[in-house]
Amino acid sequence: MAAVATTTMQPRPLRRPRRVRPARVALHTFLIAMVVLWLFPLGWAVYTSLRPISDTILHGYVSWPAGGLSFTNYQNVWGQADLPYYYLNTLVVVVPGVALTLLLASMVAFCCTQFTWKFNLTVLMIFTAGNLLPAQVIIIPLYWIYLHTPIPMLGSIDIGHFSFALFTDNTLLYDQYLGIILIHVVFQTGFATFVLSNYMKTITKEITESALVDGANVFRIWWSVILPLCRPALAAMATLLFTFMYNDFFWALILISTGSKRPITSALNNLQGEFFVNNNLIAAGAMLACIPPILVYILLQKQFISGLTLGSTKG
Amino acid sequence: MADTTATTAPARATKPGAGAVAISGRRRRRYTLLTRRDKILLVLMVGIPLALDIILIWGPTLASVGLSFTNWDGIGAVEAKNFIGLKNYQFMFSGYTLFWPAFMHNVIWLLWLTFIATPLGILLAVLLDREIRGTRIYQSVFYLPVVLSLVVVGFIWELQYFGTDGFINNALGLVKSGHIIDWLGDSRINLYAILVAASWRHIGYIMILYLAGLKSVDPSLREAARVDGATEVQTFFNVVFPVMAPINVVIVVVTAIESLRAFDIAFIINQGKNGLELLSILITNNSISEASLVGFGSAIAVVLLLISLVPIVTFLTRVMRTTN
Repeated sequence: MAAVATTTMQPRPLRRPRRVRPARVALHTFLIAMVVLWLFPLGWAVYTSLRPISDTILHGYVSWPAGGLSFTNYQNVWGQADLPYYYLNTLVVVVPGVALTLLLASMVAFCCTQFTWKFNLTVLMIFTAGNLLPAQVIIIPLYWIYLHTPIPMLGSIDIGHFSFALFTDNTLLYDQYLGIILIHVVFQTGFATFVLSNYMKTITKEITESALVDGANVFRIWWSVILPLCRPALAAMATLLFTFMYNDFFWALILISTGSKRPITSALNNLQGEFFVNNNLIAAGAMLACIPPILVYILLQKQFISGLTLGSTKG
Repeated sequence: MADTTATTAPARATKPGAGAVAISGRRRRRYTLLTRRDKILLVLMVGIPLALDIILIWGPTLASVGLSFTNWDGIGAVEAKNFIGLKNYQFMFSGYTLFWPAFMHNVIWLLWLTFIATPLGILLAVLLDREIRGTRIYQSVFYLPVVLSLVVVGFIWELQYFGTDGFINNALGLVKSGHIIDWLGDSRINLYAILVAASWRHIGYIMILYLAGLKSVDPSLREAARVDGATEVQTFFNVVFPVMAPINVVIVVVTAIESLRAFDIAFIINQGKNGLELLSILITNNSISEASLVGFGSAIAVVLLLISLVPIVTFLTRVMRTTN
């Protein structure tokens, strides 16, 4: 920061007096107006979520907070709608989902970029194109596959009234955490492979070659040579994949039928049906649901943005 | 980096441990270095993910095409008598009243994003791609909605659009005067209402992608244009925009794919009915959620697939070109 300040110090005093530019003022006015426009819907949702329902019934939603502001709606939605429980549902899908996606995608990217073989470009294309398909194109046969794939039951891990089935609790892939994890992993592997292979292309093949000469097998080279080199790209992908999977609505909507297994975003949709007259409560639920991705975004902004841009600018 | 490893690799190749490997020329060496075990490992490392991708993505894609020629209801096996040729397509194009409205809604979605939201995202990127005070803060704010789930985006905008309780109608004084606009219920305007909400998210996304592209533009190009007396607008359209061609393709592809995938917001608002029909929603409604017309739903899926192939192939050809 200090370095930037000192380097820009020099030309500034020269330029400043010459142009106090109305264009700059107009630019900032426009940008600030856009910022207000951008933040308003979010701010309004926060405001609504903080107002007691009795207050809004009495004075309408567009009014000053006569009855004060409180976190009552948050307490209510947290307790009544079992929100902690749905966070847990999301967690058991997203964590293995992100980890497995990164493992599979980095393997494919490694094999396709560090070695030259006949079909490596074709394989990359298959993965990339698969991720670009709209999910609805494949959903009908996929739904059928999920209803007809037998999976062994191996009991479950129970925490309070939360029950995490090991593999399955109905002998099917349908309506299971496992099923949701699987489709997330397979679908996102396409995107992650594309991005990671763009990154790995910049790593010279000589590294793999010399490790081979040293007698390491390819699995070991992938794990202890290439993966450590890809740490920035993996971190970027992890944050991005986290939000993709966290925000998913469609797969859970179609492939999960038991309400109590739904992740938080689809559970919110049911909340709307249950409490449809209480906008304040729904607003509180929506705000709670968007806290994790916003936190990730604020804390890992750099990774987040580089994940997105890695996929578009290189390659 | 590349130089140092290039020089160390041959040096290591002469180590005793690697003596068994025949070394003659770099190309040959790479292949002979792989043991049988390595080759099996490589096949597994690519093969397992590839098999999953083919079984769960490409298999179902092809199955959708096959099923679109049947009247299968999803129960039992598909038999020869289930094949009804092009009847699903005939009905879809001429008898099914929801198809063309949904198709048009997707087209409007695409046009809106292409000509309104995407240019706005590009504009923001161009404005913020220079040394102005607070550019990081501006970027963070515009980008914020992108991390939110479309479900949450739907809820947030419902609070704006509701009839008597929504902010917009109250702010415009329409509630007091009794001329409430039913933003989400009126089938003539509700599509545009949710497009505003969708753009709120799309614009930030495009801005970030474009900003990354702008950073890679050679600054001397702009400098030269300025020396030649070009205005900023001229510089952008005549110098920057043309050299951004690769990223422009990505932006167009992203926009097209987003419009074809549109599902969540429309579904949250009213299950995609009454003005919010989309191809993606018709597919699930016909075959899974409301009816079990598997064959017919698949025919709609095939239409969506064929349209999606345009941006997908565009994207792949670009990737191919840059790789070669």
